[in-house]
Amino acid sequence: MSDIVLKTENLTKRYGGVHALEGANFELRKGEHVAIMGDNGAGKSTFVRQITGVEQRTSGQIWFDGKEVNFAGPIEARTAGIETVFQNLALADDLDVPSNLFLGREKVLFNLGPFSILDRKYMRKATEAALVRTAVKIPNLSNTIRHMSGGQRQCVAIARTATFASKLIIMDEPTAALGVQETAQVENIVRTLKDNGEPLILISHNMRQVFDLCDRIVVFRRGRIVANLRKENTDGNDIVSYITGAKTGEAELAA
Amino acid sequence: MAQTSHGVGGVGYDAKKRTWPAEFNVFLALVILVVIFELIGRIFLGDSFLFNTRSDVGGIFNEARLQIIILQVSIVGIIAIGVTQVIITGGIDLSSGSIVGATAMIAMSFAQVATVNGNPNPKAMFLAQGWTDLPVIVPLLVAIACGLFAGLVNGALIAYTRIPPFIATLGMMVTARGIAKWWSKGQPISFPTESFAGIGKGLMPVVIFLSLAILFQLIMTYTRYGKHCYAIGSNEDAARMSGIKIANHKILVYVIAGILAALAAVVLSSKNLTAQSGMGVMYELDAIAMAVIGGVSLSGGRGSIIGTVIGSLIFGVIISGFTFLRLDAYYQEMVKGVIIVGAVVLDQWRQRLRAMRA
Repeated sequence: MSDIVLKTENLTKRYGGVHALEGANFELRKGEHVAIMGDNGAGKSTFVRQITGVEQRTSGQIWFDGKEVNFAGPIEARTAGIETVFQNLALADDLDVPSNLFLGREKVLFNLGPFSILDRKYMRKATEAALVRTAVKIPNLSNTIRHMSGGQRQCVAIARTATFASKLIIMDEPTAALGVQETAQVENIVRTLKDNGEPLILISHNMRQVFDLCDRIVVFRRGRIVANLRKENTDGNDIVSYITGAKTGEAELAA
Repeated sequence: MAQTSHGVGGVGYDAKKRTWPAEFNVFLALVILVVIFELIGRIFLGDSFLFNTRSDVGGIFNEARLQIIILQVSIVGIIAIGVTQVIITGGIDLSSGSIVGATAMIAMSFAQVATVNGNPNPKAMFLAQGWTDLPVIVPLLVAIACGLFAGLVNGALIAYTRIPPFIATLGMMVTARGIAKWWSKGQPISFPTESFAGIGKGLMPVVIFLSLAILFQLIMTYTRYGKHCYAIGSNEDAARMSGIKIANHKILVYVIAGILAALAAVVLSSKNLTAQSGMGVMYELDAIAMAVIGGVSLSGGRGSIIGTVIGSLIFGVIISGFTFLRLDAYYQEMVKGVIIVGAVVLDQWRQRLRAMRA
C-alpha cells in the first residue's frame, strides 16, 4: 500500500486522567482530501497536535510517507513535509509576503551564521510561483501582512504551505473567522490543491464546506473515531447523528 | 500568470496601492522643523538658521551649525542604533547610558600614558603593573568586552528567566552605574594616549556614527538576523512556530546593543579626554527618544536604522535651533518631552488611519 501518505495506529493521548484521544486508526491516501469533524473537545485538534509533533503522544504509532515517524516538534514535522495552517495564523504582521512565506527557513546567498545574506530575488520569485500555484491573489507583495484583510492573510498562510514541497497539508478551521466572500476564496484555493493532487486534512465545522471539498469524512466523538465515511455514502443528517452520538459504533471503513 | 480552473493567482500589482516608506514622513518632519527655525530666525532675529550669512566664511550653508547638529547627536546616535534593534525585536534597553559610564571608566584606565609633564601619571590605575602607553587596540577590545558582557547578561536574563526587558535592563542600569563609580572610587580618569584620543577627535564621532548606521541598516535589511528581529517583534509566537531560535536571537540583539553602547563610551571618553562615572546619564532615554521620533514602534516590528538616524537629526536640530533662538536650555528639555510623546501619538494615529483604509 504505497499510496498511503499518513497512517496512525492506536494513536492515544491522555492528559493525566483525561482521555483526549483513544486508539485512533486513520489513513490518508495520495491526493485525498479528508475532513475531520466533531464537537468541541471531541479530539480533533488533539489528533492533529500528535501528528504535527506539537505534543507527544501517550501511545500508538504514526507512519508518514512510508516511514514510521516520531516528531520531536513541529519543526521536525514541517521538515518532513507536513505543513499546518494554524487557527491563529502564524504570520508576522510587520513583514511582507515573501518574508512570511520563508519565515524561519530563509534562502541565503552567503552563509555567515546569523548574518547570512538573504537571497531576496529568489524568495520573491518563489513567492510569485507559489501564489500562482495556489491561485492566491495578493495586491502587492511588498505590503506588510498588517495591511491585508483576514481572507488575504489566510491565503498567505495557505500559500506558505505550497511554497515548499509539502507532502501533506493540515488546515485547522481555515475559514472560521472569515466572511462569505473570503471563505469562497479560501475554498477555491483548496480546490486548486485538490487539482494538483496534494493531500489535505481539513478540520471544519462547516458541513457544506466539508461536502464541497472533501472525499471522506472522519468523525471524532469523545476522543474516538466514531465514523469514517465516503462522501457518496453519507449525508449531513448522518454526520450530525455521529457527531452528537445519536448514532454510535465505528462505521465500517470506507473502501 | 498561469490560468488554473479556479481563478488567477499571483500578484496584481497596483502602483496606487504602494505605501510610502515610513522614513519619508520622518524626513518630512525634519525638513518642516528646519523651515520653522529658518522662518522664526529670519522674522525675529534677522538671521538664517541654515544658510551662511557671514561674509568672512565661504559656502552656501552655515557649515559650522550643520556640523554641530550632527556632532552633538552622533555619540548618543551610536547607542540609538543598538537600541533601535532592541525595540524592533519588541524589547527595551534602559542600561545603555550606564554601560557607557562603566565602559568609559574601565576602557580609559587601559588607555593611560605613563608620564604627564615628566611626572608619573597620577590617574593611571595600572601604573604599578606597567599597563601604560598600550596600543589603542587594548582599550578598544576591553571596551568591546565590557559591552559584550553587559549585553550577554541582559540578553540571558531576558531570554532564560523570562523577566520583562524593562526590569532586566533596569537592573543592569543601576548595577553598571555602580561599577562605574566603584572602578576608580568615584575619581575621574584622564590623560589618555594620543592614539586613544584620536578616536573621537574632530568629526570622527560623525564618521563612526554614520558608518555604523549604514552597516546596521544593511544588516537589518539584507540578513537573516534583521529579518528575524522584525519577525520576533511583530509576532513572537509565529516566529517560534516558524523555527526561529528566539532565546539565541534575543541574546545576540542585546549583545550588539551592549557593544554599540561600549563603542559610544570609547568615542565619548576619547573626545572628552577623560572618563567620569557620571558619563552617559540619561543617554538611554535620549537614544530611545531618537528611535521613537524616527518611527520605531515601541510595540516592536516596525522601524529602521535610517529612521533612527533621521530621528537623531531631528533631535540635533531642536537642540541647536533652541540655541540659535537664544532660548534657555530648560525649554529644550521641556520641548524634548513633548516631541517624544507627540511622535508616538502621531505614529499610532497614522497606523490606525492606515488600518482603516486597508
